[in-house]
Amino acid sequence: MTQTPILDVKALRVEFPGRHGTVTALADVSFSIQPGEILGVVGESGAGKSMAGLAVQGLLEPPGRVSGGEVRLDGRRIDTLTDGEMEKVRGKEIGAIFQDPLTSLNPLFSVGQQLVETIRLHLGLDRKTARARAIALLTEVGIPAPDVRVDHYPHQFSGGMRQRVVIALALAARPKLIIADEPTTALDVSIQAQITALLRKLCDDHGTAVMLVTHDMGVIAETADRVAVMYAGRLVEVGPVAEVIANPQHPYTAGLMGSIPALGARVPMLTQIDGSMPRLDAIPAGCAFNPRCPKVMDRCRVERPELMPSGSGQSACWLKAMETTP
Amino acid sequence: MLVFIIKRLLNAVMVMLVVAFLAFLIFRVAGDPVELMVNEMSTQDDRDRLRESLGLNDSFITQYVRFVVNAAQGNFGISFRNGQEVLGLIAERFPATMELVLVATILSLLIGVPLGVLTAIHRGRWHSETLQFLSIVGVSLPSFVVGILLILVFSVTLGIMPAFGRGEVVQLGWWSTGLLTHSGRIALVLPAISLSLYQITLIMRLVRAEMMEVMRSDFIKFARARGVPRWRIQFRHALKNCLMPVITMTAMNVGALIAFALITETVFQWPGMGMLFIQAVTFIDIPVMSAYLCIISFIFVVLNTIVDITYALIDPRLRNATR
Ligand SMILES: Nc1ncnc2c1ncn2[C@@H]1O[C@H](COP(=O)(O)OP(=O)(O)OP(=O)(O)O)[C@@H](O)[C@H]1O
Ligand code: SF4
Ligand SMILES: [Mg+2]
Repeated sequence: MTQTPILDVKALRVEFPGRHGTVTALADVSFSIQPGEILGVVGESGAGKSMAGLAVQGLLEPPGRVSGGEVRLDGRRIDTLTDGEMEKVRGKEIGAIFQDPLTSLNPLFSVGQQLVETIRLHLGLDRKTARARAIALLTEVGIPAPDVRVDHYPHQFSGGMRQRVVIALALAARPKLIIADEPTTALDVSIQAQITALLRKLCDDHGTAVMLVTHDMGVIAETADRVAVMYAGRLVEVGPVAEVIANPQHPYTAGLMGSIPALGARVPMLTQIDGSMPRLDAIPAGCAFNPRCPKVMDRCRVERPELMPSGSGQSACWLKAMETTP
Repeated sequence: MLVFIIKRLLNAVMVMLVVAFLAFLIFRVAGDPVELMVNEMSTQDDRDRLRESLGLNDSFITQYVRFVVNAAQGNFGISFRNGQEVLGLIAERFPATMELVLVATILSLLIGVPLGVLTAIHRGRWHSETLQFLSIVGVSLPSFVVGILLILVFSVTLGIMPAFGRGEVVQLGWWSTGLLTHSGRIALVLPAISLSLYQITLIMRLVRAEMMEVMRSDFIKFARARGVPRWRIQFRHALKNCLMPVITMTAMNVGALIAFALITETVFQWPGMGMLFIQAVTFIDIPVMSAYLCIISFIFVVLNTIVDITYALIDPRLRNATR
C-alpha cells in the first residue's frame, strides 16, 4: 500500500514506573490503519487494548508513559506533542467513544452544551451555527426529535441513546480517526447491533477510520476490515478479518476463534484456552503464550517471536517461522 | 418542582414546631417564671395576678400553642432583665451578627474554593502540600485563640486595627450597617478573618477532596478525549460537579457560624446576638434565651430548605425526579 496510513504505530512501548520496578504494559506494538478502514482489536481482559488506544490519544494516566516507538497521525508524529498540542488533536482529528455511555457524559450539562462545546472548540463556529450543527449531528445518529432532545440532560436518555450522543460527540469535528473502546459492551444486547451498525454506517459515509476495541468476535466479523489480536501487551496476530477467522495463524487466535460457532453469529467471546494470561510483571521468557500453548516447542521458551509475515497477515509465532524459512 | 418545594416547606414547619417545643420547655423547666420576675416585696396576690396574666394557669398544651402563635408573630415576650420587648432587643443585635457571618462566609468561599482547586490540581507539589499542612493547623486552632492572636498582632503591636467594637454604623430602617463607613469596615476585618479561618480550611479541604474524586471520573476522561482544554475541564466540568457539597456545607455552616460568632463576638466585643445571649445566660433571662434559640433554628431551617431547593436547580437529575 502506498497510501499514507491515517494511523501508523511503530514499536510502541508503554511503561508504568512503580515502587516495585517498572511495569511494561505495551511492548513492540506496531500496526497501521488506512483511511476509512476499520481495525478490530481483540484479546483477553488486561491484554492492553485500552492502553493502546489511550496511548495513541495521549491519555495515559501518569505515571504511565510512552517510553518508546512512535505514533503518526496522517504522517505527522503525535506522540511527542505536548498535552496542550494534543488538546487540538483529540476531538478534532481523533474522536473517542468510551465503553460506558452512562458515565461518559457530564451529568450537569445538557447534551447540547457538550456538543456545542466540542464543536466550538475545534471548528470555531459561533454559538448559533454550532447549535444547528449539534442538532444535525443528533439527527444523523438517529435521535428522534433532536431539536427538543438537544436541551435534555444525559440522565434523560437511555443507555443506547446516550451512546448515540457519544458517537455524535466523537464525530462532532469530523475526525479522520475514531478510537472506540468497547462501544457496545455496556449496552443491552438487543441494541448492541444497532449501535455497531450505526458506527459502521457513519464511518463509511464520512470515510472515517476506526480502531474498534471489543471482546465480541461477532462484532469484529461483521464490522472490521482487519483485526489485531493482543496478548500480554503485545500484538500476536494482524490480518484481514475473514482470513484470521477462517484460518488463524497464531495458536492463541485459534483458541479465541474456537469459540465462535458460525461466522456472524453474535455471541460473546469465550476463552477456550486453559489457564490465564500472565500478570504484566511476570511474563514468561520467550513467547509469552508458551505456558498455555498446545503447540509449544523448546525454542518458544527461550526466544521471543517477533511479528512476521504469515498467511495473508502477520503473526508472532515460531511455527510460522519454520514453515516459511528453510 | 412545586410539589418538591411544598414538601420541603412542610418539613421545615415541622422542624420549627419541635424547636419551639424545646424552647417552650426551657420556660417550664428553668423554674417558675413568676419567682424570677417578682421581687421580695410582692404579695401572694401580686404573684397570683402575674401568674394569671402570664397564662400560667392554663393547660400545658394551651400554653404551648399560645407560645407558638406568639412566636410566629415575633412576640417572644419581654426581657426579665430590663423589661424590653425581646424581639426588639434581638432585632437591634441581629444586623451586627449577620454582617459578620455574611462577610466571613463570603471570605471563606472566595479563599477556600480556589485554594481547594489549586491544591487538588497541583497535588504533590510543595506549595500544595504546604497549604494542605497549614489547613490542618487552621482546623485545629480554636477560634478564640486566633482572635486573640489577631488582636495581639494587628491591634496591640501594630496598632493598625481596632481591637473591639463595630466602628461607626449607619441606620437603614431597622438595619444598622457597618459596611457603609470606613471605621465600620475596618472593624469588621479582624473578627471576620478570625471567624472564617476555620471555614476556609474546611471548604478548601472539601473542594480538594471532591475535585480529586471528580477528576477521576469517566466523563472527565471523556472530556479530555474530546479535546477540552485542561483548565476548562478543571474549572467548568469538574468544579461544577463539586459545588453541591460545597453549597450544602457553606449554607449549613452559616448556622454554625452564627453559633461560633458567640465566641468571636465575645473576644472582639462585637455587639451582636451572641453577646446578647451570653448576657441573657448570666441573668437567666429566659425569654431572650428561648427567642435566640428559636431564631437561630429558624435561620438553620430556612438555610436547609434553600439548600435543598438550590440542589434541584443545580442538578438536573433531582429536578426531574421531583417534577
Ligand atoms: N496504573 C497502572 N500501573 C500498572 N499497570 C497498569 C496500570 N493501569 C493498567 N495497567 C495494566 O495494563 C494492562 C492493560 O490494561 P488494559 O486496560 O489496556 O486492558 P484491556 O485489554 O483493555 O482489558 P479489558 O478488556 O479488561 O478492557 C492491564 O494488565 C493492567 O493491569
Ligand atoms: S511461539 Fe511457540 S508458544 Fe508461542 S504461540 Fe507459537 S508455538 Fe505457541
Ligand atoms: Mg479495556
